[in-house]
Amino acid sequence: MSDFTLPVPARRWRAGRLLPYLLSLPSLLVCIGIVIPFVASAIYSLQRYNLAFPTGRAFIGFGNYISFLSDPSFWNTVEVSVIYTVATVGIELLLGLAIAMLLRERTFLNNVISVALMLPLMTAPALASLMWKLMTNPGFGVLSWAVSLIGLSNFKWASDPHTAMLTVVLVDIWVYTPFIMILLLAGLRSLPPAPFEAARLDGVPARFVFFRVTLPMLSPFIVTACLFRLLDSIQQFDIIYAMTQGGPGDSLMVFQVGAYLDFFQYTNVGRSAALLMVLWVITYFLSDRFVRQWHKLRERRQGHA
Amino acid sequence: MPEPVIRVLRGGALALILLFFLFPILWILLMSFQTNADILRIPPRLGFTPTLSNYVALLSGKLATSSGTLDITFLRNLGNSLLLSVASVAASLVLGVPAAYAFARYRFRLGESIAFTLLSFRFAPPLLVLLPLSLYFQILGLTNTYGGLIWVYQLITLPLILWIVRGYFEDASPDIEHAYRVDGHSWWRTFTRIAIPLARPGIAAAGLLAFIFAWNNFVFALVLASADKQPVTVGALAFVTAAGIQYGQIAAAIVLSILPTLALALYAQRWLVEGLSLGAVKG
Repeated sequence: MSDFTLPVPARRWRAGRLLPYLLSLPSLLVCIGIVIPFVASAIYSLQRYNLAFPTGRAFIGFGNYISFLSDPSFWNTVEVSVIYTVATVGIELLLGLAIAMLLRERTFLNNVISVALMLPLMTAPALASLMWKLMTNPGFGVLSWAVSLIGLSNFKWASDPHTAMLTVVLVDIWVYTPFIMILLLAGLRSLPPAPFEAARLDGVPARFVFFRVTLPMLSPFIVTACLFRLLDSIQQFDIIYAMTQGGPGDSLMVFQVGAYLDFFQYTNVGRSAALLMVLWVITYFLSDRFVRQWHKLRERRQGHA
Repeated sequence: MPEPVIRVLRGGALALILLFFLFPILWILLMSFQTNADILRIPPRLGFTPTLSNYVALLSGKLATSSGTLDITFLRNLGNSLLLSVASVAASLVLGVPAAYAFARYRFRLGESIAFTLLSFRFAPPLLVLLPLSLYFQILGLTNTYGGLIWVYQLITLPLILWIVRGYFEDASPDIEHAYRVDGHSWWRTFTRIAIPLARPGIAAAGLLAFIFAWNNFVFALVLASADKQPVTVGALAFVTAAGIQYGQIAAAIVLSILPTLALALYAQRWLVEGLSLGAVKG
């Protein structure tokens, strides 16, 4: 964060002022090319634009957005996305926190386990979906067989609209719980030991220590991990697309899957772009909160160091 | 509760957790060594004669089915994944490390907003950019080219490298660079001889993580690449349709696709923790 204030000749100094721009310019140029399609999306969302009927293309203001208000499939998308996001992030947080607490002490065994638990996170989500698809295949899937043992003989996993959500949420939990676990474990292990030693010497009950000391001290890490996962989860595409392409019916039609199908299947570019802009507004607010939280965490850590 | 009871409960909980998170990987690994007859057996059995036939079919590119042989392009998908990931990370390092240094060492007008803009790409819905891009790529002649894909992959790899490496440059004291400059060395020498070696662990962690993210990406190539340029994530999905009931081959294809990232993760696990949290927490 500190400036370079070297006693250099005037000519070199001018070059020095330009230097940071020169250094960051290539990165920026590469990304500017990516801003252009973003602006295009915003413009498409204000148009009636179907690739199948190019002549009907026209500027219709907020028409696409206004029609969302009375469009049941839009509200279905909102509902499905919210259920998916709340279910995955909620369960992953509880499970990740529990695992992090179990692995808190730095023993050899705990370290081995935490590394092993990282493997699902390193698996491509689309491939993870395929793995679970093989395991839940109604013909030979090991999980289909396992649930039949407990009396659920006609459990169809992702091919039944009633259990499709459960199936993809399970895959998401499998892939992303380790992320929250790793972040919270690093957070737990970085907490100062003094309050916990004092509590132990005073014989404070473990439950009290957890709710009154551990959780409050860990909360910045919990907020960071949650915001990060919320951002990802509301945009989930890979797991759902690889599992059922949004089906059966429209039972898993989350934002990005809906926009993808609108674009490629129904060639309705205008509606697809409007759907993505709605999603973008949500993620913009979340990412703004996330970056601020992340800065706070970094500054705190640098303050300690 | 008495101490032994807690120990047993703790052990039981950890065993259940390990079972849930590791079972799918082990099960698919076992499936990849089974013939279709073994896979279809209900209830599933652990005792079977392992076979390499699934891998042989994948590697030789010929799949024998009841209706003749089928060409498998899976090895090509694997090669595409490797090429796209390595080239994207290399490009991002060349572009991102100097920029990260600029953001860490200089306060300059627009600096912070440029940095935030670059990071915000990581969080925007990828389809927002990809769908119009699929139209533009046709005009620009970039549709289904490695160059076009590597450019778009910068959306994944560049923000990651920029933000992790920036943290490392910020943590290193500028005093050494300062002294080296006062000694009369050029800015470029200071950057390459002092700053980069000091930030090397961060650069390695960021590069590694960027590689894994690029390898695991699905939606970019799904939208922008056709069959001959597709990486394993998209290729495996197409393969499931093509291979039909050849479940053993599907399992073997999945194993080959996830092996590189899992191996990398095991090799470099201690750097990953920092990388995953964008350097916000140091373990």
